[in-house]
Amino acid sequence: MGVKSLKAKAHALADGTRQLEILNNGIFAAGGLPKFQERIHPILGGGLRPKALEILQLNLGYMCNQVCAHCHVDAGPDRKEKMSRKTLEQCLRILEQTSVTTLDLTGGAPEMHPDFRWFVKEASQLGVADFIVRSNLTILRANKKYYDLPEFFKTHRIHLVSSLPFYKKEKTDRQRGEGVFAQSIAALQELNKVGYGKPGSGLQLDLVYNPSGAFLPADQKALERDFKTALKKDFDLDFNQLFAITNLPISRFLDYLIASENYEMYMERLVDAFNPAALDKVMCTHTLSVRWDGFLYDCDFNQMLDLKVDHPIQHLDDFEEGKLNDRSICISQHCYGCTAGAGSSCQGSVV
Amino acid sequence: MNKPYYESGDLKKFKNISDWSPELGKQFFEYYNRVFAEGALSAREKSLIALAVAHTVQCPYCIDAYTQDGLERGIEKAEMMEAVHVAAAIRSGASLVHGVQMMEVYNKRSM
Ligand code: SF4
Ligand code: SF4
Repeated sequence: MGVKSLKAKAHALADGTRQLEILNNGIFAAGGLPKFQERIHPILGGGLRPKALEILQLNLGYMCNQVCAHCHVDAGPDRKEKMSRKTLEQCLRILEQTSVTTLDLTGGAPEMHPDFRWFVKEASQLGVADFIVRSNLTILRANKKYYDLPEFFKTHRIHLVSSLPFYKKEKTDRQRGEGVFAQSIAALQELNKVGYGKPGSGLQLDLVYNPSGAFLPADQKALERDFKTALKKDFDLDFNQLFAITNLPISRFLDYLIASENYEMYMERLVDAFNPAALDKVMCTHTLSVRWDGFLYDCDFNQMLDLKVDHPIQHLDDFEEGKLNDRSICISQHCYGCTAGAGSSCQGSVV
Repeated sequence: MNKPYYESGDLKKFKNISDWSPELGKQFFEYYNRVFAEGALSAREKSLIALAVAHTVQCPYCIDAYTQDGLERGIEKAEMMEAVHVAAAIRSGASLVHGVQMMEVYNKRSM
């Protein structure tokens, strides 16, 4: 696994336009596999359009203590992009106005943002029903200054969604880096200690599983059962739900697919597994994703491809929920990742 | 003529066997899917049995399919290899146990 982001390596795939060129050509060129648009138009009678906005996902920045091989954000310690205080304040104003029921903080590692605690304190007073922080777990053990985060999360009733690629060391460390498994387990133990994931505590701790290679996740319920049994038996750990998430062919995962000569096979697999029932529930129909600099996207994946919302309002400065809802969602072939099998979203399977 | 007997792309055409016999094809695939559903054995256990049998019948399509199926289910490589050794042990055992027959014939015909 590399220790630098694609961006720091000045890799061609650090550029969203180059990624889209790949996704729009090759096996999807004329006569090859059907493009996502061709697949969904007959079903929807047109493009993909938003329903009511429920989730506001804020990407606080791309800095991360890890450099996972599959990361679609191309995050890492060398990424400096981060949301300014002014933009964070704008987000708070918007949360006061809108009907969103879920606030979802992601990154990189959102905890590394210098205004993270301030923002969580402020936002938690706005009465959003579900306040999610996506934590990679190892950050909670990375430095003493983060050791009190479990208590901090508890105080603000944060819903934690944490990535643990597998319940065994080997696969976890191969995907996320040497030592990640042991640190993740230590972090989960700390979270359990303050009540996270414990029955009756009301402190929700969900785990995210994503495959460590060019294959799709199996049934979420079956994986959840395996994770629960293994983590209980081996480490006496508890958690609430497991979200099985499909890797989308973007950024470092796209780079991996191409370098390992799995790209075509993987795309065929996603296309074959297309499920119309999942199409109905893709997360972009009820989510807006905000980039560190205030630009707006249909989802975090489109953010990484720099496919801004297809609307005259493209930035928080001009935000108007009602107007923004009247738009078409930007799609490309990466979208097949959201509609394969049981579907995939930031909350796992959708059907 | 350099087309190999086995083509990995043919696995995807498996469903085409119904073309020339729709009713039997349909019944076969229904049966197949029911066999692999969760039951007294878990779908995970069945996947490992399938992998072992695939090595016994030496079907490259099945080996490909059930290795991928195992990856998706989170079956680990140590488990997969043990399953293959079960297949290998039964195969070699089946050869060796016939040695008893050889010994009997040998002994019967010898003075
Ligand atoms: S996958 Fe998550 S933890 Fe890993 S580098 Fe990307 S943002 Fe960081
Ligand atoms: S990647 Fe998924 S969530 Fe994003 S626009 Fe495509 S279908 Fe929607």
